[in-house]
Amino acid sequence: MTETLPMAGATANVNLAGLSKNDYRGAPSTLCQGCGHNSISNQIVSALYETNIIPEDVVKFSGIGCSSKSPTYFLNRSFGFNSLHGRMPSIATGALFADKYLKGIGVSGDGDSASIGMGQFKHVMRRNVNMLYIIENNGVYGLTKGQFSATAERGLQLKKQGENLYKPVDICLEAFASNATFIARAFAGNPKQVKELLKAALAHDGIAVLDIISPCVTFNNQDTAYHSYSWGKQHEEPLHEISYIAPRNEIMLEREMEEGEIREVAMHDGSVIVLKNLEKGYDTSNRFEAMRAMEEAQQNGWMVTGLLYLDTTKPTLTQMYDLVDTPLNRLTEADLRPERAMIDKVNALMF
Amino acid sequence: MNKIINDFSITVGTVNGSGSSTANNTILRTIFKMGIPVSGKNLFPSNIQGLPTWYTIRANKDGFIAHHEQRDIVIAMNPASFTRDLESVVPGGAFFYADDIKQPVTRTDIAIYPMPIKAIIRSDATIPTNFRDLVSNMVYVGILAQMINLDMDKILAALTFHFKGKQKPIDMNFNALKAGAEWAKANLEKKDPFTIEPMNKTDGLIMTDGNTAAALGSIFGGVQFLGWYPITPATSIAESLNEYLPQLRKREDGKQTYAVVQAEDELAALGMCIGAGWAGLRAMTNTSGPGLSLMTEFAGLAYYAEVPVVIWDVQRIGPSTGLPTRTSQGDLTFAYFIGHGDSQSIILLPGDVSECFEFGWRSFDVAERIQTPVFVLIDLDMGTNQWISKPFQYPEEPMDRGKVLTEKELEDLKGNWGRYLDKDGDGIGYRTFPGNKHPLSSYFTRGTGHDEYAKYSEEASVYFANMERLKKKQETAKQYVPAPVLHTTKGATIGIIAYGSTEAAVLEAQYQLNKEHGIKSDFLRIRALPFTKEVDKFLAKHDQIFVVEMNRDGQMDQILKTEYAQFAPKLKSVAFGDGMPASAKWIREGILGKYESGRMKDEVKKPSAKKAIVKKTSVKKAVPAKKPSATSSPKGKKVTKKAVTGKTVKKANRK
Repeated sequence: MTETLPMAGATANVNLAGLSKNDYRGAPSTLCQGCGHNSISNQIVSALYETNIIPEDVVKFSGIGCSSKSPTYFLNRSFGFNSLHGRMPSIATGALFADKYLKGIGVSGDGDSASIGMGQFKHVMRRNVNMLYIIENNGVYGLTKGQFSATAERGLQLKKQGENLYKPVDICLEAFASNATFIARAFAGNPKQVKELLKAALAHDGIAVLDIISPCVTFNNQDTAYHSYSWGKQHEEPLHEISYIAPRNEIMLEREMEEGEIREVAMHDGSVIVLKNLEKGYDTSNRFEAMRAMEEAQQNGWMVTGLLYLDTTKPTLTQMYDLVDTPLNRLTEADLRPERAMIDKVNALMF
Repeated sequence: MNKIINDFSITVGTVNGSGSSTANNTILRTIFKMGIPVSGKNLFPSNIQGLPTWYTIRANKDGFIAHHEQRDIVIAMNPASFTRDLESVVPGGAFFYADDIKQPVTRTDIAIYPMPIKAIIRSDATIPTNFRDLVSNMVYVGILAQMINLDMDKILAALTFHFKGKQKPIDMNFNALKAGAEWAKANLEKKDPFTIEPMNKTDGLIMTDGNTAAALGSIFGGVQFLGWYPITPATSIAESLNEYLPQLRKREDGKQTYAVVQAEDELAALGMCIGAGWAGLRAMTNTSGPGLSLMTEFAGLAYYAEVPVVIWDVQRIGPSTGLPTRTSQGDLTFAYFIGHGDSQSIILLPGDVSECFEFGWRSFDVAERIQTPVFVLIDLDMGTNQWISKPFQYPEEPMDRGKVLTEKELEDLKGNWGRYLDKDGDGIGYRTFPGNKHPLSSYFTRGTGHDEYAKYSEEASVYFANMERLKKKQETAKQYVPAPVLHTTKGATIGIIAYGSTEAAVLEAQYQLNKEHGIKSDFLRIRALPFTKEVDKFLAKHDQIFVVEMNRDGQMDQILKTEYAQFAPKLKSVAFGDGMPASAKWIREGILGKYESGRMKDEVKKPSAKKAIVKKTSVKKAVPAKKPSATSSPKGKKVTKKAVTGKTVKKANRK
């Protein structure tokens, strides 16, 4: 139905899909001013616009919480399902069977995924559902006004809660342990990195986990808190700089990076992500290295960011099912109801 | 000795995990193929190996094949239950036992047959040593076959079916069986009255279980997605789908038009189904009580966000884990009101396995038409036991996919569309599916408050109007759900309402009430909630209505009394729940215990008379509603032996 898409005027800025950035926007945000989540929503809009993805080819999912509200604030033209607390993965898993050509974008939070939804979070990883799974991670429950989440660091002080006694859950490590095929972490205060990782994640076939440290300016932004802007700025340890090169992008990579420091990773759709290593030759396909990087960061109180792990060899969930070429939700009675003659066969099978 | 032909029960007591189901199914299927109405009930423990388990078979020439407490023939293979099994035999009955059980046989009022099972097995050189235990159960089948006159050709047919034509196991089992029969012929003298003679009452009928029928019906309903989690006794629905989907939905390109996903728990199982149903797939899940508890939050979402999905609840007895292998109708009120806040469910209640098949496909039509979850409630007895049934009927109605807008229809509407707009006045809006490429196709689904265009809203008037519309949908649903089945009797003075697997027992109880107590009854078998106009009429027409069900609290009775407050004084709950399938005995006694012989229609209408009526205790015959245990059942109650006439029973036989 591309013929019905509103065509941009001759003077408007459009992407290769013929769409303007407005075609990717959502309703105005009702989250707090300065919330990291808003910045992420903006980067989602930019990433989709720049990668020429048609909004109708995307389905948005979320659970419950501040983060889960944000799918309202981008991609008005995409279908969306704001489901239940911690249950986004199962909704997405079922919905994406209906049309195997659709890409899921899920937005969850640390409460939604690391506490109440930990079970579904881990199972959606091992099923390799074809979706981008963003966790807007701020270490705190915002909608209920400031309780510790499972990713809050030990010793964190909150006004009405006192001190957090428990060790935090590391979203990326959990995803890793559950065999996620794309694992990355970013800091909302570094929008360029967020956008490039979003693009890379969108190009990935399968589950792409993006843990974005997204400070809560209202309930958890003390200078000493792990999920705060100032702490993030000081402690961010990028593994590499990342840039994404779209499949049809004719602009060549700027070649100021030195040989030996650059690693190109080919994605399923023909695009390439380029990792510029900052310190050492980090290999995103090496499970041991990924584990060490995450463990090391945890021990040292670093916020390690970048693409931590990538495996492009695994089939997605719907690929494992060998579905018909037509999207399942376009099949008709002729495809779905066995022929009349089959009823006699069935009755004969019943003794 | 007088013969008792085609009217008795056989109970086999074994150790669970000993492989007796093949043997017991062979007896059941042989009697079925010999043309006699028969039922088999597996009374098994929630365990894999080592605990006592029983299988009861009831053959009845008149078609009364509900669970029957009386044990006419008992076969004791389990030392642990030997004493209990021996005591349970009705006076004049027969007791077969494996003679390696060295326990005192204390009864003299029954026929006793020791069976040298181990010796017979050992004497057959064709049976490999490691298979001896496995086929030893066939020896008692052979001995029984000889003693009650089972047809060897039909036995072979049953074994051939069971082993799907594989010659080796067929031969091995049949040889062991024949060895038993030959031994019995040479060594046993018939001392009991029970015998089977061929009839033609099962011609054209099939035999299967409700779970298999549900799965097959769902396939003919075009099921595209099953998300499920293993639970007794619902698991075999998923397993049947796994077995039959590849056969029945085979395509030339070899690709799948469906997906079956075993979820991590019941929350995710229903969540996946809701995702799939929302996105346009015919989605279903299968579960039982504890699973339904976990599905509660998602059921509420599906109701409020208006997502079609089918939920099969094969009920077992709760609360909590309860008795996982025992039957019940205890989830009715839970399913009807499932979820927090105001909610009402659509519930389908198949009464036999052919209805399990029919509601298998019809449930999708109702769910997609009304855009809401549809709960199909059966129970362990119907779902997992073998039932005779009329053959499955091909759906004569085309699929009803409900109100769905395509790209072209959206273009024609020029964007004049809102997901929850009640354009047609029936409360039901139009849906679009993800993957629709029209730029105006999308909407944002949520479990939070929303307006007619699916936008977030906390407006009081918007919330209120939406909830009223949901209520209107429930009213609309009455046109689409299956109407009740009415069995009328000329001169009926009372009404009986029941549902689900209890039908056979109710029909038998009706016959007994008429014959022994002169109480004629009409019987309405409800097949769906919300109630349709047929229920209104039945309640208005009868002065005393007994609501029969297998639970403690009388759940259907509660719902009826709530929805028909004006008729509440006429409704009497005959509810009983102990995990066993319904029997005519407790239904009859339950009705007699509450029956008011002098009750007139006009008494109900007079408000002043109401109090007196409720307190009235002048029952015709005071019988406690409690069901006595099988061992203490009164002897000689062979009411079903005589030839049966009358309209109600005719209908029973047609089933």
